[in-house]
Amino acid sequence: MPGFDFSNHTRNAALHARGVPLPKATSTGTTIVGCIFEGGVVIAADTRATSGPIVADKNCEKLHYIAPQIWCAGAGTAADTEFTTSLISSQLELHSLSTGRKPRVVTCMTMLKQHLFRYQGHIGAYLVVAGVDPTGVGLFTVHAHGSTDKLPYVTMGSGSLAAMSVFETQWKAKMTEEEAVTLASNAIQAGIFNDLGSGSNVDVAIITKDKTTLKRGFVKPNQRSKKQKSYVFKRGTTAVLNEKIITREDISKYVTVHELEGEAAAGEKMDIDA
Amino acid sequence: MEFGTTGMLNEDGIHVDMERLKKGEVNLGTSIMAINFKDGVILGADSRTTTGAYIANRVTDKLTQVHDTIWCCRSGSAADTQAVADIVQYQLGMYGIMNGRQPTTQTAAAMFQELCYENKDRLSAGLIIAGWDERHGGQVYSIPLGGSLHKQPYAIGGSGSTYIYGYCDANWKEGMDEEEAVNFVKGALQEAIKWDGSSGGVIRMVVLTKKGANRHLYLPDTNYAVRHE
Repeated sequence: MPGFDFSNHTRNAALHARGVPLPKATSTGTTIVGCIFEGGVVIAADTRATSGPIVADKNCEKLHYIAPQIWCAGAGTAADTEFTTSLISSQLELHSLSTGRKPRVVTCMTMLKQHLFRYQGHIGAYLVVAGVDPTGVGLFTVHAHGSTDKLPYVTMGSGSLAAMSVFETQWKAKMTEEEAVTLASNAIQAGIFNDLGSGSNVDVAIITKDKTTLKRGFVKPNQRSKKQKSYVFKRGTTAVLNEKIITREDISKYVTVHELEGEAAAGEKMDIDA
Repeated sequence: MEFGTTGMLNEDGIHVDMERLKKGEVNLGTSIMAINFKDGVILGADSRTTTGAYIANRVTDKLTQVHDTIWCCRSGSAADTQAVADIVQYQLGMYGIMNGRQPTTQTAAAMFQELCYENKDRLSAGLIIAGWDERHGGQVYSIPLGGSLHKQPYAIGGSGSTYIYGYCDANWKEGMDEEEAVNFVKGALQEAIKWDGSSGGVIRMVVLTKKGANRHLYLPDTNYAVRHE
């Protein structure tokens, strides 16, 4: 039986009742969007992952592969979006092999909603499902509780309000691929700049009948610039009060020291801010 | 997963968690209705779905087809009502194949009731089932929160329905013609949308007669006057 193991839930609830704080899951306080155009669909996402107030990853991937022509953008709990999309991707490939047909977007959406509904919202995956199949172009949102919506343009995550305001003011019917990609990218940037949970870069996936193009780092509006000044402390900033030199012979009383040769001898260079 | 702090004892001394079904869930804070008229039934609904104060979808289709001429209006949790409607749609499809004849509206309503009653403590779904079949013509059934089933000449539901009990009681007539019936549904839903903050957007309708299903769409741009689609 595929799925998740919740056997630790009772233990965790008991620990929590005794005052042990629950572990914080890495959530993708996110902006994700999707938009249909003439002949295809585009989805886009920001690349910030957060754990409470901390930016856990500045350049994470929120566009998930389902099938060659079906991709998913994920918001909510990072682990849940990652595992549900890969689980459904696997089931959909087996389904496609057994039926001898190409996978459909509605099939993917139905499998996702039935999986998420079974877990009653405990799997915190909020997804934008997009793709092209033999029946045409498909774009859906799937909420963690298992409800779905079908719309020509969609946004999800904490930055969805900022992103939706862009769509609601600039969207028009029958856009070209280029127009749709620009609009989706602008919607994500609205999230990046106006939502604290979203940030860093814009990832884009463009799906048409013939091919899928994943553009990782489509826009990078938050590149770290070179520091104008060096903040390395000058030698002698801290006064030397005393000095003691420990020789190798001293150490060898406690540990065995081996000499390394070749590349290994050089060791790894430490990253120091210039 | 955070643990809710909303547990409380109600007047019966039964422990209830008010927020259990609601936390971050997509809700159909809704105005829905279905009525009988001379030639069949009409289903009507607004198009607003909300997550808290945010409108998650402003053009939602709350009128869901479960068989050729059997439809339902959904209110409550979007996830729950979609899941229930999907199951019934499958069951009715199987029923048609196994028995070699189309299911009646009553059969469909009984299937809905079974799910809603047996899972009453896990679901928040308020449904109105309406359909047309050769034997009984048009019929309207209502299944409110507890899972009871009521056959009615007309039914209203959702948060917006509280505002139109008076309107419907005053204006509903037995055996209206199609135009009259459409205007009655439209007028009632306009009032519900006007007074209920959780209802809004477009008005969708489905007219079910001997001839099959016919969809209507009315936009707020023209004050719901012009039929689109």
